[in-house]
Amino acid sequence: MAKVIEGLYYSESHEYVKVEGEFGYVGITDYAQEQLGNVVYVDMPEEGDEVEAGAEFGAVESVKAASDLLSPVSGEVVEVNTALEDEPELINQDAFANWIIKVKLSDPSELESLMDAAAYREATK
Amino acid sequence: MSEKRTCLYDRHVALGAKMVPFGGFEMPIQYTDITSEHQAVRGACGVFDVSHMGEVLVTGREAERFVQYIFTNDISGAPVGKIFYGMMLHPNGGTIDDLLVYKMGDEKFFLVINAANIDKDYAWISKQAEAFDVTTENQSDYYGQLAVQGPEAEKVTEEVLGLACQELAFYTFKLIEVEGETLIVSRTGYTGEDGFEIYGSHAYIQGAWDKLIESGRAKPCGLGCRDTLRFEVGLPLYGDELTDEISPIMAGLGMFVKLDKPEFIGKEAVAKQKAEGVEKKIIGIELEGRAIPRHGYEVVVDDQVVGEVTTGYSSISTGKSVCMALVDAAHAKLGTPVQVRIHRKLQPGKVVKKRFYEKHYKQ
Repeated sequence: MAKVIEGLYYSESHEYVKVEGEFGYVGITDYAQEQLGNVVYVDMPEEGDEVEAGAEFGAVESVKAASDLLSPVSGEVVEVNTALEDEPELINQDAFANWIIKVKLSDPSELESLMDAAAYREATK
Repeated sequence: MSEKRTCLYDRHVALGAKMVPFGGFEMPIQYTDITSEHQAVRGACGVFDVSHMGEVLVTGREAERFVQYIFTNDISGAPVGKIFYGMMLHPNGGTIDDLLVYKMGDEKFFLVINAANIDKDYAWISKQAEAFDVTTENQSDYYGQLAVQGPEAEKVTEEVLGLACQELAFYTFKLIEVEGETLIVSRTGYTGEDGFEIYGSHAYIQGAWDKLIESGRAKPCGLGCRDTLRFEVGLPLYGDELTDEISPIMAGLGMFVKLDKPEFIGKEAVAKQKAEGVEKKIIGIELEGRAIPRHGYEVVVDDQVVGEVTTGYSSISTGKSVCMALVDAAHAKLGTPVQVRIHRKLQPGKVVKKRFYEKHYKQ
């Protein structure tokens, strides 16, 4: 059973946002990493890039396939998790601790259209 | 859409395999994960269900002359028990399929063809056979097939299955009588490791699979790692590196095309390609970074698209991002700097040999 954490926001495409002040940490859910299997590469944007809610901002790749990452929120990428460059498998070890990008939220109201933990748990049952 | 199932389908499902359509069959892509299955074959022993492969028996007075006519390799003068790898070509040199030919007798040859091409191949073979005194029989539905692969494959095949295979040389086979049927056992495979392929009735193959799995000495391996294994050692997959448009000369497989043979379909076209050079070639590319090149991605030189990736992975054995690609021959020289477009960005790399990992065959 995949882990779901209270207090985070979840997208239908299995990304999460953890909000801290005006920033959101975006990663993939435990359910998503389970479905993917061994993550062998994470394609990430660069600091300063703009991401848009619902738009692709990178990819997580297993041995066999690349899966697009869709940003649940809009804003500027202020940090990327560079640890994933050399150790993409961190996502398999703990998907929630190993976020992919940190975004300065340009429109926090976007969070309202995302799922809460209970809804996401239901959606992935 | 209705995919066929092999005789081991229920066993794959029971083992929790992820099933995917491949070549008209529902096949296991992985049981646990591709990486550990890949490593089992490189380091110990894995077993694959390859029952989807097709088999065609050619018999008759002109069987050898017929096989020589449709096949690029030269089987003349071979002893019974020898196996050849080669291709069937269109008259224009494009590849209909790559296949193995087992010499079972002076007038008897067993052809092993790709699952996805069974109907196309058998139609082609039957049509060509009309001009020869031969009989062809599509035996694909009769045979199940296992591939036992890895450095421990010989021991496992001998000890778990009781099949005496130690004396077989690479690319030879023998017939073994068991339980009222005749098995074909060959020292062949598609992984770059030592190993055996065993052809038998569905009942035999089911029993052999069960013994191998119960022994714990052969890890069940899916088509996912079959592809990563063959790719690392530079073996082509029909559909990627060989197609109706890609000739064996373009694919760098000229050693399996014997132009000194008197006659075979496609000979004129490939002889011309060999003499005058080809427009496009299959090359290897190694990237500097970790971004992974995948089938269909563009290969770029000086802002010009010069080709596309045919197969690519983060090599499980070496950790490097590598691929095979079909590119304009002008950019095929070893060491040529090339780029691959991956997720919008151009990733730098260079042309390298297609063999990304050394084979470990027993000669």
